[in-house]
Amino acid sequence: MTATRDELVAAARGPRRFGWWYIAEHQFRQMRRYLWVVVVNTIGSPLLYLLGIGFGLASFMTRPIADGPDGPVSYLLFVTPALVASAGVAVASDEFQYSVMMGFKWRRLFWGMNDSPVEPPQIVTGFVLAVAGRMLFSTLAFAAIAVLFGGLGDPWSAFAVAGAGLLGGMAFGLPLLAYSATITEDKGQFALVNRFVFTPMFLFSGTFYPLATLPVWLQWIGWVSPLWHASEIGRAASYGRSPGSWPVGWHVVVLLTLCVAGWVAARRVFVRRLRG
Amino acid sequence: MTVISARGLVKRYGDLAAVDGIDFEVPAGESFGLLGPNGAGKSTTMRMVGAVSARTAGDLTVLGLDPDTHGPEIRAQLGVVPQEDNLDLELRARDNLVVYGRYFGISRAECLRRADELLAFAQLEDKATAKVDDLSGGMKRRLTIARALINTPRVLMLDEPTTGLDPQARHVLWDRLFRLKERGTTLVLTTHYMDEAEQLCDRLIVVDHGRIMAEGSPAELIRRYSTREVVELRFGTDRNADAGARLESAADRVEVLPDRVLLYTDDGERLLEHVAREGMRPTTSLVRRSSLEDVFLRLTGRSLIE
Amino acid sequence: MTSTRTTGDARGPEVRRQSAVRALYAGNARAVLGRELAATRSTTWTVILSGFFEPVFYLLAMGKGLGAFIGDVTLPSGQVVSYAAFIAPGLLAVSAMNGAVYDSTWNVFFKMNMGGRLFQSMLTTSIGPLDVALGEIAFALLRGGAYAAAFLVIMQVLGLVLSPWALLAVPAVLLIAFGFASIGMAITSYMTTIQQMDVINTVLLPMFLFSATFYPITVYPEPVQWVVKAFPLWHAVELIRGLTTGALSGAMLGHLTYFVVMIAVGITFTAKRLRALFLD
Repeated sequence: MTATRDELVAAARGPRRFGWWYIAEHQFRQMRRYLWVVVVNTIGSPLLYLLGIGFGLASFMTRPIADGPDGPVSYLLFVTPALVASAGVAVASDEFQYSVMMGFKWRRLFWGMNDSPVEPPQIVTGFVLAVAGRMLFSTLAFAAIAVLFGGLGDPWSAFAVAGAGLLGGMAFGLPLLAYSATITEDKGQFALVNRFVFTPMFLFSGTFYPLATLPVWLQWIGWVSPLWHASEIGRAASYGRSPGSWPVGWHVVVLLTLCVAGWVAARRVFVRRLRG
Repeated sequence: MTVISARGLVKRYGDLAAVDGIDFEVPAGESFGLLGPNGAGKSTTMRMVGAVSARTAGDLTVLGLDPDTHGPEIRAQLGVVPQEDNLDLELRARDNLVVYGRYFGISRAECLRRADELLAFAQLEDKATAKVDDLSGGMKRRLTIARALINTPRVLMLDEPTTGLDPQARHVLWDRLFRLKERGTTLVLTTHYMDEAEQLCDRLIVVDHGRIMAEGSPAELIRRYSTREVVELRFGTDRNADAGARLESAADRVEVLPDRVLLYTDDGERLLEHVAREGMRPTTSLVRRSSLEDVFLRLTGRSLIE
Repeated sequence: MTSTRTTGDARGPEVRRQSAVRALYAGNARAVLGRELAATRSTTWTVILSGFFEPVFYLLAMGKGLGAFIGDVTLPSGQVVSYAAFIAPGLLAVSAMNGAVYDSTWNVFFKMNMGGRLFQSMLTTSIGPLDVALGEIAFALLRGGAYAAAFLVIMQVLGLVLSPWALLAVPAVLLIAFGFASIGMAITSYMTTIQQMDVINTVLLPMFLFSATFYPITVYPEPVQWVVKAFPLWHAVELIRGLTTGALSGAMLGHLTYFVVMIAVGITFTAKRLRALFLD
C-alpha cells in the first residue's frame, strides 16, 4: 500500500485547515464533564454578587458614588458592568492556570495533540476558543440576570456589557496563558499570580468605586488593568459616559493590544515548548 | 519501499549534540528498533521522525516527505505511543479514542466505529465506558496503543512501550504488537530492554551518545559482537576483579562488573569445568546464551540498565 | 508519644478492634507536620508571605476606599464603629477560612490525586491516616496563626483594634481555621476529579458575601438571617468582631461551641474516609 504524494497531502488537508476546531471540540467535551459546575457558577455567582454587593452593600451607602452623563447613578448601575467583567476575568483565571499545567505536565494532553497532525498554534487557538465560549456564556448570563434586576441602564446594552467582559477576560487571560505555558515546575507561581495580580486587580480597578477616588499613586493599577477598561466600556454602554472619563475607543485599543500581545506570546511559547 | 530515511541526522541543544550524525533506513513492514540506555538520543530521534522536532542538520524523509515542510502530512500517517501516557483521564476510554481521532479530521461516526474495533483489539471492550483513571497501568498502555491506531497509521512509533509495566502486562502488550507486525504495520520502537528488542525487532540500531554503535538483526548482532554463550560467576565484591584476571586466558573475553564476572565463550560448560579444575569456588555460577545486553556491553563498555 | 502498629491478623476480635484504631492513628502527626515544614523551607518564601497580603488588600480597598462612601456602622451592641473597623475582623475571619480551606482542600487534593500521590507513600510507612490528617491540619494552622497575628498588627497600626480582647483573636482564628480545615479535608477525601473541587468555591462565595463580612445582616429579612446564621463563617465573623471591638456577649460561647462540634465531625469523617481509601 503505497501512497502518492498527493494522497498524503490530501489526508492532512482537514487538520491543516480545521485543527483548531478539533482541539476546541475536545475542550468542550471536557467541559461537558463538569457542565453542572459551570452552569451553577454561571447562574449562581451573578445572583450572589448582585444581591450581596449591588443591593446589600449598596443599602449602606451614605452618598452617591459616581456620576453618569445626567448626574448621579445608583450603586447597582455603577457596579454591575464591573461585576460582569470580573466574571470574564474569573473564567480566564480558572481556565488559563492549572489547565495549562495539566496540558503540559500533569496530564500531558498538549503533547498528545502535538503528535497528531494538529500544529501548536492551532492548539492555542482551539484552547482559547473553547475558553472564550465558556467566558461569553458566563458574561452573557450575568448581563441577562443583571437586566432582570435592573442593573443595566439600557437592557440592550447587555450584549455590549457581556462583550466588554469577554474582551476584558481575554485581555487578562491571553497574557496569563502565555505565562502559564512557560511554567515547567509548580512552585506556587499561581498562588502569587492570584494574590499579587488577580486580587489587587479585582480590588483596585475601580470595581467597587471610581478609580479617581484612589490615591493617584494607586491609579496606575487601573490603567494597566483589563478589568478597569472592560468595566468602563460596560458602564458607557449601560448608562453613558461619566464626565471626564476616557473615550470608549481608547479602552478598546488597550484591551485589544493586550489580547494580541498575549496571543502572539502564547503561540510562541507553545511552539517553542512543544517543538524544541 | 522506504518509509523512513535518515542521513547524517543531527540534533543539537546548545552545545549538546543529543543526536550526533546517524544514518538509517526503515523499509515498509519492518519492525525497527532503537536500543540504547537512557539519554542515548533515542527519544530525540523519535521526535524528529515524528515531525515534532526540527533537525539541526542532515537529511530526513518520512514517507518521502520532509518533516520541516510537511509535518502535518507526516503526522497524519503516524501513530505515536509516547513514553508517558497522555490520555485524558477525565474522559471515558472510548471518548479518548474518539477525541483523538477527531484530531485527524476523521468523522465522529467513523471514529466511533474504529474505536469499538480498536478497543476489542486492545482487549478493552468491557472498559469502553470506564473512566481512564480507573484503568490499570497495562490497560492504560493498551488504550494508548489503540488510540495511536485510530488513524490506521502507516507507521506506529513506540517510545519505551513497556517501561514500568509488570511482566504479565508486558507479555500481553508484546502479543498485541506482534499481531500488528503480522498485519504488516511498520513499527519503530525504542527500548532499553534487550528482551523486548529480541521479541519485537526485525532489525535494530544500537545507539549511544547520539551515535549508532552497530546495526543488524538481533541474531546478527549477537553473532557479530558476542560469543554463543556466557558464563556468569560471582565471587563476592572484593574478589571478582582477581578472579576475572585469572580467567583472562580461558575465555574469549572477560568483563568484570561490580557484582559479577562475565566470561564469553562458545562452550560454557567446558569453561565451568576449567574454573573448577583451577580450584576457584564462585558463590554462584550460571551459563546462558548471549543476549543484546552483552552486545551493548561489548560496544560501549557499559551496562544497558544502570 | 510513640507506639508500634500491630497488624491485627489472626488475633481475637478484641485485639483486632484495638489495632484498627492503631492502624488509623500512630500518634505520629508530628512526622507529617515535620515533612510539611521541610517542604515549606524548600518552596519559595514569597509564596508563603503572599498569603498575608490578601486580607490587607481587601482592608485597604474596601475598608479605606469604599468606607469613604459608607461611613460608620452600628453594631448590634449599639456601639458605632468606622467601616474599616467593622470589616477588618470580618476579613480576618474570611482569611482564616480561606487559608484553612485552601490547605485542606486543594492542597490535599493535589497530594492525594496528583504530584506523586504523596499520601499513599506516607501511609505505607508506620504513619496512619489520622496522623496525616492531623499533621496536615496542624501545618495549615501554623500558617493561619502567623497570618492572623500579622493582620492584627496591621489593624493596630491603622487604629482598628478597639479593645485589648483583640489579643484573643489569634487563638480564636486557630479554632476557626481548625474547624474549616477538618471539614474541608473530610469533603476533599470524597472528591476524585478536579472539577468537583469547584463545588468548594460554590459554597465559599455566598458565605463570603452574606455572612456579615461587609455589612450587618440586619438588612435581610428574618428567615434569611437564620440561614446565614446556620453557616460557620457568620459565627467566625461575629466571634472575631466581638473580640476586636470589645463587644463581648454570651452568644460568643455559642460560636465557640459551633466550631468545636465542626472539628469533631470533620475529623471523624476524614479518618473514616482515609481509612476506607488507603487501608481497606
